Amino acid sequence: MTITKATTHVTQNEALVFERSQTGRRGYRLPALDVEETALDELLPAELRRDDDLEGVPELSEPDVVRHFTRISTWNYNIDLGLYPLGSCTMKYNSRLNERVARIPGFANLHPLAPEEDAQGALEVMYELQQHLAEITGLPGVSLQPAAGAHGEMTGVMMIRAFLDARDGTTSDEAKRRKVMLIPDSAHGTNPASAHLSGFTVKTIRSTPEGLTDLEHLRELCAAGDVAGLMLTNPNTCGIFERNIREICDIVHEAGGLVYMDGANMNALVGVARPGDMGVDVIHLNLHKTFSTPHGGGGPGSGPCCCTAELEPFLPVPRVVTSGTGDGAYRLDYERPHSIGRVKAFYGNFGMHLRALAYILTHGNDGLREATEAAVLNARYIAHGLADTFDRPFDSPPMHECLFTDKRQSRKGVHTLDIAKRLIDYGFHPMTIYFPLIVQGAMLIEPTESVGRSELQQFVDAMKEIAREALEDADTVLNAPHTTRIGRLDEAAAARKPVLRWKPEGKATAA
Amino acid sequence: MRYIPNSPEERQEMLRGLGLGSAAELFDSIPADIVLTEPLKTPDALSEIELLERFEAMASKNAAARRPSFLGAGAYHHYAPTIVDSLIQRSEFFTAYTPYQPEISQGTLQAIFEFQTLVCQLTGMDVANASMYDGSTAMAEAVLMAERVTRRQRVLVSGAVHPEYLRVAETYVAHAGIELGRLETDEATGRTAIDASALDDKVAAVVLQSPNFFGCVEDLKAFADRVHAAGALLVVVVTEAASFGLLRSPGACGADIVVAEGQSFGVPVSYGGPYVGLFATREKYARQIPGRLAGIAYDKEGRRGFVLTLATREQHIRREKATSNICTNEGLIALAATIYMTALGRKGLQEVAAQCAQKAAYARRQIAALEGFSIPYSAPVFNEFVVRAPSDAAGLLRRLASEHNVTGGLALSRYYPERANDILVCVTETNKRADIDALVAGLKQS
Amino acid sequence: MANVPEGLYYSKDHEWLKVEGDTGTVGITDHAQNSLGDVVYVELPKEGEKFAGHETFGSVESVKAVSELFLPVGGEVTEVNGSLNDEPEKVNTDPYGEGWMIRIRLTNRGEVDSLLSAAEYEDYIKSESE
Repeated sequence: MTITKATTHVTQNEALVFERSQTGRRGYRLPALDVEETALDELLPAELRRDDDLEGVPELSEPDVVRHFTRISTWNYNIDLGLYPLGSCTMKYNSRLNERVARIPGFANLHPLAPEEDAQGALEVMYELQQHLAEITGLPGVSLQPAAGAHGEMTGVMMIRAFLDARDGTTSDEAKRRKVMLIPDSAHGTNPASAHLSGFTVKTIRSTPEGLTDLEHLRELCAAGDVAGLMLTNPNTCGIFERNIREICDIVHEAGGLVYMDGANMNALVGVARPGDMGVDVIHLNLHKTFSTPHGGGGPGSGPCCCTAELEPFLPVPRVVTSGTGDGAYRLDYERPHSIGRVKAFYGNFGMHLRALAYILTHGNDGLREATEAAVLNARYIAHGLADTFDRPFDSPPMHECLFTDKRQSRKGVHTLDIAKRLIDYGFHPMTIYFPLIVQGAMLIEPTESVGRSELQQFVDAMKEIAREALEDADTVLNAPHTTRIGRLDEAAAARKPVLRWKPEGKATAA
Repeated sequence: MRYIPNSPEERQEMLRGLGLGSAAELFDSIPADIVLTEPLKTPDALSEIELLERFEAMASKNAAARRPSFLGAGAYHHYAPTIVDSLIQRSEFFTAYTPYQPEISQGTLQAIFEFQTLVCQLTGMDVANASMYDGSTAMAEAVLMAERVTRRQRVLVSGAVHPEYLRVAETYVAHAGIELGRLETDEATGRTAIDASALDDKVAAVVLQSPNFFGCVEDLKAFADRVHAAGALLVVVVTEAASFGLLRSPGACGADIVVAEGQSFGVPVSYGGPYVGLFATREKYARQIPGRLAGIAYDKEGRRGFVLTLATREQHIRREKATSNICTNEGLIALAATIYMTALGRKGLQEVAAQCAQKAAYARRQIAALEGFSIPYSAPVFNEFVVRAPSDAAGLLRRLASEHNVTGGLALSRYYPERANDILVCVTETNKRADIDALVAGLKQS
Repeated sequence: MANVPEGLYYSKDHEWLKVEGDTGTVGITDHAQNSLGDVVYVELPKEGEKFAGHETFGSVESVKAVSELFLPVGGEVTEVNGSLNDEPEKVNTDPYGEGWMIRIRLTNRGEVDSLLSAAEYEDYIKSESE
């Protein structure tokens, strides 16, 4: 088969900035100092000043810097190049318009400690975004403060802790006992890590052979009387909607606990169904997934927390509220005695709030639903296209992402990692691999709505071709990728003798 | 919707190909009683022109963004070379994910490795991670790490640490079994007072900010010796990263963990975020560090590349036993800081720092000479200092803004109600002499 | 097929124990190192620490997994294989030799009787993989 998406092209070699440095080169110019100079010793005694002249920090001209970062950038795959089907990551189109909005000087140059009366536009942006997220989730209390998904999780489970402490007191036997956070075995690692940080003991719930939460096991765990809550992703990390969600919430509520929903997969639900209507008490959203703020090679994100009216008093401070005087003004409210406190300095990743609001306003209410439909349709298209070629661990119809395994290919010694690496040669970023952990050789594919039919078909064709190669020419797959600047890296050697920073020649040691 | 490639007609064909009659059938696995029957009550769609008008109109209500400003206190106005923003807007950087597939993520990985190295060079430490959310959460994570390293549960935090950072730490440790104690500020010098009696064998760490919240440079070395003698760690927090260009590095002063807010390095103040937390420590604690780390690795041909490494510390592997719950960090902002540090380079970082200190010294002298105004603290400063005004600071600053079009600084009553007359003034290389003179003239008249 | 030498005792947690007098040497089995993959780090206790049987005494890390180490029988640590700090790969290349982890003074020699023989362990790993 001819590879339809990618062909090879020139790749640049480029050293580290430290290796490129040439003494005397400069990439900046400041205005001359326009005040009378104070003697250095008068400013600061010598023992408080640096004495290393910043040795080792690079010296480069402006073109050197631009070429350096441009060259290394070409080694990255990215959404603007094509399908980036990482499951549970929602790699959708990052609009340039939203980038422009975030750079409007009236926002970008606004200091967070500017007086509220002189920052009304920023507060309006946050307030309006809060209103829309409340409508989208069906949960009226919103804080935009958390900086990422895991941060939102921590905020949400700390709110559960605070709610239970307010309800049960902190000294009763009941309160001391209620420390267990239930988390399905298919969950993201951030869930147990966040629960632990919030003082909970984690107990794992099994999944059924259908890939759903095991209700019997849930009932059994809830019967112990020590359950504080449940953290659930829905659709879950197998891409399947937890159709018993109402019952799940009822079981946890009857046992005296609360339900936290991980909103990583909200791209399957916006405009179609709302966590608040399912019985969920608190959720975090990933603005960098569902609401298209760019991933940036690992952040920044934004993880707003949305909750029921009952939990609202426990949200972080400050809250963005209307002034209450009918003048249309907004203010920051710090008088929240039940609040869990601050989770971050200032008010959250405001630049991401701007982009997410721009996304919501660009789509409109009909466009939000349309995006959800298109995202689920694209995932179904891939699921259908690959159904005969790869093993599907669960029969349930997928939502916005579909899950396959390497079961058939591994008989020939070709595993998920190899399939992923070979996809690179076909011009695609690999899917999420080996997650969820409960599925051996998992391949989780999330195309999002931002990809057209022909490219979906190219992806399906590439996957089928790799499956054929696995049978007939396994070495090609096992040694992939063949088209990248570097091959598979020896990660074991890297972890045994970690080198985590550059050092000048002759001074290089393992970190 | 223009962001969705497949037209409605194409989608109909795709649905037919799947044997479905309508898009609604895609959601058959959701019970009918929780499927929305009405559209969301969010606004109708806006065109690009209308959208920009809406946001421009809101932006115009942020009067503070248009004034010369002497606000600092954790967010700083600095010059950023044009190339910083234009390079981070390359698709390859801003639309890439976390570099989980190293063969096609080397750009991001090499940049992280360069970032880690630069952070080590500036802080004087051995190991730095790929970033934290911001300075405040980095400080909270440092407190948690100190407990892991020492197995002690009491952490003494200077009262001159940024008050919002302290609030964040309180939230983070609320359920971690860690008790936060406080070190008082010396009212004459503005520095943290050393309380030797508090430094017992229960103390995991002492947390100092330098320059501290009041702008005073702390005597870190004096602390380091006593803290280490008690078997505890010295955690140093820096909110104004530009100070690294002039001040003795925390590492050289004996710090065990250094955390900083990196916003000063080419990142707009943007009403509080996104910023970037720096986190660095000693080599022996590398396995206790939170967050991602990039390291060198080689392929079969011996070509050098970079990978995320020591991942077993992290949540996706160690789950509830991870060193932190952090996953997404501030990758693109760390990249901006890397480009900034590279463009300014060895000389530029020092020149920016020197200009900040020079201009702050000039402003401080001028204000100190005003009748009724005083500088309460005697310790050396970098680019921020406290001014004690003859009258209520908040009112004074409001008048400065409305009558002289200058944001004169921060009324400390925002955090300390008892400090009604105190203003925290910050001066950077972006403040022209004319702005400083206008501030001084305004203060004189007010 | 995994190497299971005669003359050692085995636990269901995939550790081996070699007994000489009241001293025991502990490591992980060939089968265990094989399923872990490339070992990159071994975290071991300090000399003098005491553990009960089946208690966690350390952990072993591959690139993408961490496994706890369980002591087959109770004892006090008398020696730690410090060379694994620099060369953790010995656990892969020579799990029963240079890849040994700790030596202990056995608390109760009788506990050894509850462990598996080479033949029993081979049957056990066979049944586990089925």
